[in-house]
Amino acid sequence: MEILLQLFISFATVGVFCVGGGYASMPLIQVEVIEKYGWMSMNEFVDIFTISQMTPGPIGINAATFVGSKVAGIPGSIAATAGFVFPSVVIVLLLAYLYYKYGNVGPIRGILNGLRPAVVALIARAGLDIMLLAFWNKEKLPVDVMQTDKIAVLIFILTYIMLKKKKTGTIKLLFSSGIAGLVFYLATGTHP
Amino acid sequence: MDETKVTEEKLEKAVFKEPFSYSRLFFSTFIISAFTVGGGFVLIPLMKAKYVDEYGWMKENESLDLVSIAQSAPGAVAVNASIIMGYRLGGILGTFTALLATVLPPLITLTVVSYCYDAFATNPYVRMFLKGMQCGVTAILLDVVLGLLMKQIKKKLALPLLIMAGTFIASYFLKIDIMHIILVDAVIGFFLMRDSQYN
Repeated sequence: MEILLQLFISFATVGVFCVGGGYASMPLIQVEVIEKYGWMSMNEFVDIFTISQMTPGPIGINAATFVGSKVAGIPGSIAATAGFVFPSVVIVLLLAYLYYKYGNVGPIRGILNGLRPAVVALIARAGLDIMLLAFWNKEKLPVDVMQTDKIAVLIFILTYIMLKKKKTGTIKLLFSSGIAGLVFYLATGTHP
Repeated sequence: MDETKVTEEKLEKAVFKEPFSYSRLFFSTFIISAFTVGGGFVLIPLMKAKYVDEYGWMKENESLDLVSIAQSAPGAVAVNASIIMGYRLGGILGTFTALLATVLPPLITLTVVSYCYDAFATNPYVRMFLKGMQCGVTAILLDVVLGLLMKQIKKKLALPLLIMAGTFIASYFLKIDIMHIILVDAVIGFFLMRDSQYN
């Protein structure tokens, strides 16, 4: 029981100070989990990063799950994950309340108006990142146009057409593009 | 304008294409979370495509406001976005519905994968399926980005366009920490963008 509480508190600490998301949580996890408690090794931590590249979910949740299950099994992973999201729930709900109460007050409205185009830019950035990964298997510019994965581009175009012309739902699109990947790569005998 | 009026106005403007239900919120969020690799700002446009464009559960501008708040709060952006969008759609119960749906897939996946990581990562069929899905996500993201971009451009206001371009360049090319960029954008908004033309 005590270990579950410790996991909860430890990951709640990571959650509170993890401002900026994603990689910002790295040094915090390192201090709290590796150095303070020795719950996992630096090597395992690097492995979690690799896993996170291929599996869904924020790195913080992944680390919490991994460490929790290693230290105290399934209850441990639940305690650690709950700890990680706990500060977010409290803070975000408070901000949501304030938004609906004061969201239209001049200065707050101004801040939100300033952040809206920034969010568009951040989404565009993520779009570019994932496009490079999908078409060229690279994380950064520049890319070699000759090395373009033609099957990937084909699936991309087909999905886009389905989305625009047939208004296919998001979840159906995700599944059908996955199946298209399986079929096309198998049919052409290439490997992504 | 008082609180209830604002909320009512926003609810009125949102045109529900599909009626809201907690099970629908849970199911769609769960699937999106389960199959989205690549972090918060990949997950968020998919949520937007689902809740705003497909279901019509909230207005586009409101969803962007909520994402701004999610980005500014500590914790993982994807988790924060699901908390605040869940709250908007279904109150506290909505928060926990969306949060559970976001957290469960990585929790389950990582527990399973950590036992058989090598088999998973090197399996060619898994890679093909994931690769195909990556292309699908790219298409959906392109659609969301183009839609948002066109809206900003059509308004023909210099300041939002400048913030957009500046934020992109600063984060992508200059690799400045996102929190610092957000802070600068917030300050610009605070002083210069209170006018209703920017709403």
